[in-house]
Amino acid sequence: MGEKVFMRGNDAIGEAAVQAGCQCYFGYPITPQNELTAYMSKRMIEEGRVFIQSESEIAAVNMCFGAAAVGQRTMTSSSGPGISLKQEGISYMAGAELPMFFVNVMRGGPGLGNIAPAQSDYFQCTRGGGHGDYRVICYAPSNVQELYDYTMLGFDVADRYRNPSMIAADGILGQMMEPLVLNEYKDPGDLPTKQPWRLGDPSTPEPIWITSVHLGEGKLEEHNLELQKKYDAIERDEVRYEETMLDDAEIVMVAYGTAARVAKTALAVAREEGIKVGLFRPITIWPYPYQQVRDLADRVENLLVVEMSLGQMWEDVRLAVEGNARVHLHGRTAGGVPVVTEVVEHLKKVMASKGDEIIRNF
Amino acid sequence: MEKVFTKPEAMKPEQTLYCPGCGHGTAHRMVAELVDEFGLRERAIGIAPVGCSVFADRYWNFDVISAAHGRAPAVATGMKRGNPDSFVICYQGDGDLAAIGTAETIHAANRGEHFVTIFVNNAIYGMTGGQMAPTTLCGQRSQTCQLGRDPDIMGHPIRVCELVRDLPGVAYLARGAVDSPKNVIQTKKHMKKAFQTAIDGKGWSLVEVVSPCPTNWGMAPQKALQWLRENLLEHYELGVFRDCEAE
Ligand SMILES: Cc1ncc(C[n+]2csc(CCOP(=O)(O)OP(=O)(O)O)c2C)c(N)n1
Ligand code: SF4
Repeated sequence: MGEKVFMRGNDAIGEAAVQAGCQCYFGYPITPQNELTAYMSKRMIEEGRVFIQSESEIAAVNMCFGAAAVGQRTMTSSSGPGISLKQEGISYMAGAELPMFFVNVMRGGPGLGNIAPAQSDYFQCTRGGGHGDYRVICYAPSNVQELYDYTMLGFDVADRYRNPSMIAADGILGQMMEPLVLNEYKDPGDLPTKQPWRLGDPSTPEPIWITSVHLGEGKLEEHNLELQKKYDAIERDEVRYEETMLDDAEIVMVAYGTAARVAKTALAVAREEGIKVGLFRPITIWPYPYQQVRDLADRVENLLVVEMSLGQMWEDVRLAVEGNARVHLHGRTAGGVPVVTEVVEHLKKVMASKGDEIIRNF
Repeated sequence: MEKVFTKPEAMKPEQTLYCPGCGHGTAHRMVAELVDEFGLRERAIGIAPVGCSVFADRYWNFDVISAAHGRAPAVATGMKRGNPDSFVICYQGDGDLAAIGTAETIHAANRGEHFVTIFVNNAIYGMTGGQMAPTTLCGQRSQTCQLGRDPDIMGHPIRVCELVRDLPGVAYLARGAVDSPKNVIQTKKHMKKAFQTAIDGKGWSLVEVVSPCPTNWGMAPQKALQWLRENLLEHYELGVFRDCEAE
């Protein structure tokens, strides 16, 4: 077992990236992830690696594009408004099949919004976000240890699939301090070598071309169908989730990240009051655990989505259950965090409800 | 018999798709000749811009990456920092470099990044069908200034070399043209200096190439060259704007 330390979420991501061999970090300040950029500015330079505070998020992600193309592990981080700008590069990297790991410590939007914690970039994280038919592997950790662990995994899956991968955290997770076990990075060994395709390498004298342009007739469709095969494989092999007290559950909450922590406490309180409630926590929000959520509908009639956005994940849960269960929503927005007592109240209301009624609380 | 003229090794045996009289082909060739002359082919990485030269990878016989519109300087920064042994050539048009990518250009220059920029200034957006560029002359007509560029409405034509010359990270800066054999030879000399500057790790370097776009200027190739000389070279003065060696 590794050393136990007390660490802030943003710093834990940074340290995990350093341990995972991130060679190039490019970032631009935005709250609530500034500690991460600051952490990297010190640690990367200490390690003799590349750190640049770029002129913009657009520049940062395009620097990642370049560094990934020469075969380096590369990373950037931001929050909502900055991730919107990075979407350009993310789409290009997905198109050109380049790995990158990035972090969105979500804040309230739309627009400049506020700097309070939120989960309202769910659509942006899970739907590609930028233009074109592409996907990004997205982890939604719910504590500092997981921020650390999934950062390491994030670099690996990005390399394995030659695709951007990300962590969707929120301001609370980024700022909170928790005990953390510093696990050593273990290279899984089955990562493909970058040598055949990385640019500027004299050991591969034949010219290599990295691009997302496919103008010839049918060429882009051909390419996108190849990409789709990769996304299908990711959906098959990379789904992650956690289940709590589902065995005897009569109602199941579905929540991720900070909202799942609140839901877990609400579960304990509600159980004491005799409500047989379980919790399903997606850890990957893309690929989404559709099948597992679909299976929940065979066990219970009611699901309650708890999220810090106004029904963004609710859509995925409804898609998953295909009408086989009622899906209720407890959503907060713009910095609002679900309150345990209110979630318990909501559970009670649902248990007492009859018929087809869907209860949405904002 | 002695061979006195041949294709550079750094050029593929492809026929370019550029319009007759376009300057991109000449600029590509000069880059390729220098890659050969400096023996850089195996570690060179070219950046194909968004614009008519988006397919530079079809013509250059070394590694090429295609960047998003305007982002080549950021991509070049990532590549050069990520692999300092590579030799990175950032090739951009005026729409790419002086409009959408102005910020990336200025900041890469200011950081003194060790790559070469070849900036093809044809005073118009070629690929999208002849819209106004930041470099379009006052009075010049384009699809989006059909009555001629009016600086009161559309701003003034930007001189990139003059704009960046005071940034401390800039090591070599020159403007050439491809309208005559004499200017082509001179432009290649500028490029050679820029290559040497990057190889020596002295800082950021850029060579602007004033170049014709006969198609979108609506002129025959010969007329375009004449128009370039009589108009563009009036506003875009040729010469060396910064040379850290000479300073
Ligand atoms: C983000 C984005 N905006 C707009 C375009 C459309 N576009 C393609 S080429 C081009 C202009 C290129 O002009 P220039 O850089 O001068 O190069 P030229 O074609 O003249 O060589 C534009 C606007 C694009 N591809 N991407
Ligand atoms: S449109 Fe202009 S820049 Fe483009 S290939 Fe033709 S002449 Fe060259």
